Amino acid sequence: MALDTGSASNTTLPNLVKAATSETRLARATLIAVALGFVGLFLLLPLATVFIEAFRKGADEFLSALGDPETFSAILLTLTVAGIAVPLNLAFGVAAAWAIAKFEFKGKAFLTTLIDLPFSVSPVISGLVFVLLFGANNALGPILQSYGVQILFAVPGLVLATVFVTFPFVARELIPLMQEQGTSDEEAALSLGATGWQTFWHVTLPNIKWGLLYGVLLCNARAMGEFGAVSVVSGHIRGETNTMPLQVEILYNEYNFVAAFAVAALLALLALVTLILKTALELRYSHEIAASRSH
Amino acid sequence: MALRARMRWRLRQPSVVPGFGLALGVTLTWLTLIVLIPISGLLWRSSGLGWGNFMALAFDERTVNALTISFGTAFAAALVNLAFGVILAWVLVRYRFPGKRVIDAMVDLPFALPTAVAGIALTTLYAPNGWIGSLLEPLGIRIAFTPAGIVVALVFVGLPFVVRTVQPVMEEIDKEVEEAAATLGANRLQTITRVLLPGLLPAGLTGFALAFARGVGEYGSVIFIAGNLPYVSEIAPLLIVIRLEEFNYAAATAIATVMLFLSFLMLLVINTIQSWSRRRYSNGA
Repeated sequence: MALDTGSASNTTLPNLVKAATSETRLARATLIAVALGFVGLFLLLPLATVFIEAFRKGADEFLSALGDPETFSAILLTLTVAGIAVPLNLAFGVAAAWAIAKFEFKGKAFLTTLIDLPFSVSPVISGLVFVLLFGANNALGPILQSYGVQILFAVPGLVLATVFVTFPFVARELIPLMQEQGTSDEEAALSLGATGWQTFWHVTLPNIKWGLLYGVLLCNARAMGEFGAVSVVSGHIRGETNTMPLQVEILYNEYNFVAAFAVAALLALLALVTLILKTALELRYSHEIAASRSH
Repeated sequence: MALRARMRWRLRQPSVVPGFGLALGVTLTWLTLIVLIPISGLLWRSSGLGWGNFMALAFDERTVNALTISFGTAFAAALVNLAFGVILAWVLVRYRFPGKRVIDAMVDLPFALPTAVAGIALTTLYAPNGWIGSLLEPLGIRIAFTPAGIVVALVFVGLPFVVRTVQPVMEEIDKEVEEAAATLGANRLQTITRVLLPGLLPAGLTGFALAFARGVGEYGSVIFIAGNLPYVSEIAPLLIVIRLEEFNYAAATAIATVMLFLSFLMLLVINTIQSWSRRRYSNGA
């Protein structure tokens, strides 16, 4: 194990100083062991469990579990919902970041707080607000129903709940990035005679494309994996309104563990791909992604 | 003249960049439709209950128990994450060891892994017949289907928050500060506890508060491992779902309003910590 000695200059300094600006070997090894133990216990072991349980009865069982028509329709539904919700929030995120990052106006801080609001709301409440709005005992629900529009227990409700939950992702990624970049590039393009849209497509978009991709990646992961909010509005109609995470729950509660973990393994794979792409973006384009890593 | 022009109230500072109206219009419309109307709908429904009715529903014994369990377990999990998160961040920033890059990337797993997947995996591990559960069973320790299980799930969910808020601050620490402490005669432990940790306090508290806030509202990963026994291991979000399934919208609304109020309070605390730390620590920076 190659342990860092703290800083390179330490090796030339007397022992006393070396001990004072870096930990002893034993302390370092202990801290690393504690950190790795924590990560192993809480992150790696659960992740490994998903794949081990999925393949417990062999690859054939795994594949036949995924071939189930209900599971297949759950996969399709998840792709549909994310396919609608993510572009909507992408468009919103770009608009919000344009307004907030490129202009100074009154109430900007308040607007930013409002955009972050969905992050601080429990997923269950995110679903509940739409049940209250469109439920059978409310004003809007029966009116829409009389026009043949079904929101709850149907795709529109799932999309609304997902959009709510993933609302801040793209905006949050783009705002600090575009603030850092300022407006000088845009001003140069405009002074050279470009129109507003030309400036956006040819100057701004190339500047923010990696940050945008980063935001979309995180937004998509959450959209496909959302459970609480979607569970409340879904109605759990088998083969119709069950997304993949909801299908995992149903299969698990029926003690069909192999099938539950097979669907879970697909979602875990999605999470791993997300993490790999995210890390690659951070390594390669760290300057073109917002500095903040926490979200 | 110039002064008067500057004093005039305007919605925004003048700029040659176009598109303010369109961008702000789209933002406000979308925000109103998706977030503001639905949330106001909840608050409006809640106000329609009447004060006495609302208090009776919100402070019903089962509700109070569920809220206590949610906040208690989230607090415990956030404390665990604070302690281990600071150690993990320290190890990732200061030391070199094989697989460090992978571990660093894996810290974000709870953000990427769907909560339901985490829930069934943790339950399988910690159930009495699971890998970890079967090791603890002879010692008389039960994790799954007890409040301890909730804490385990919330530790998983909140793990990235402390690490990711503390890590960038640690990376910025000037080595000279430690050298100065050493020259003044502090030993390593004193340098860490008296010089380094106080500087990390605001970031640590922010991460703690974020993990805590997330844990209070968490649903997907908890319901599998909790056992969901009323008064013992039933969390507040689950009680909302149960009331909804009973078509008891009034009770669901009341619980949700209390939770919403408490999470706004948390948001306020987080913002206060951050502005306090900016005032206290960014002087001269």
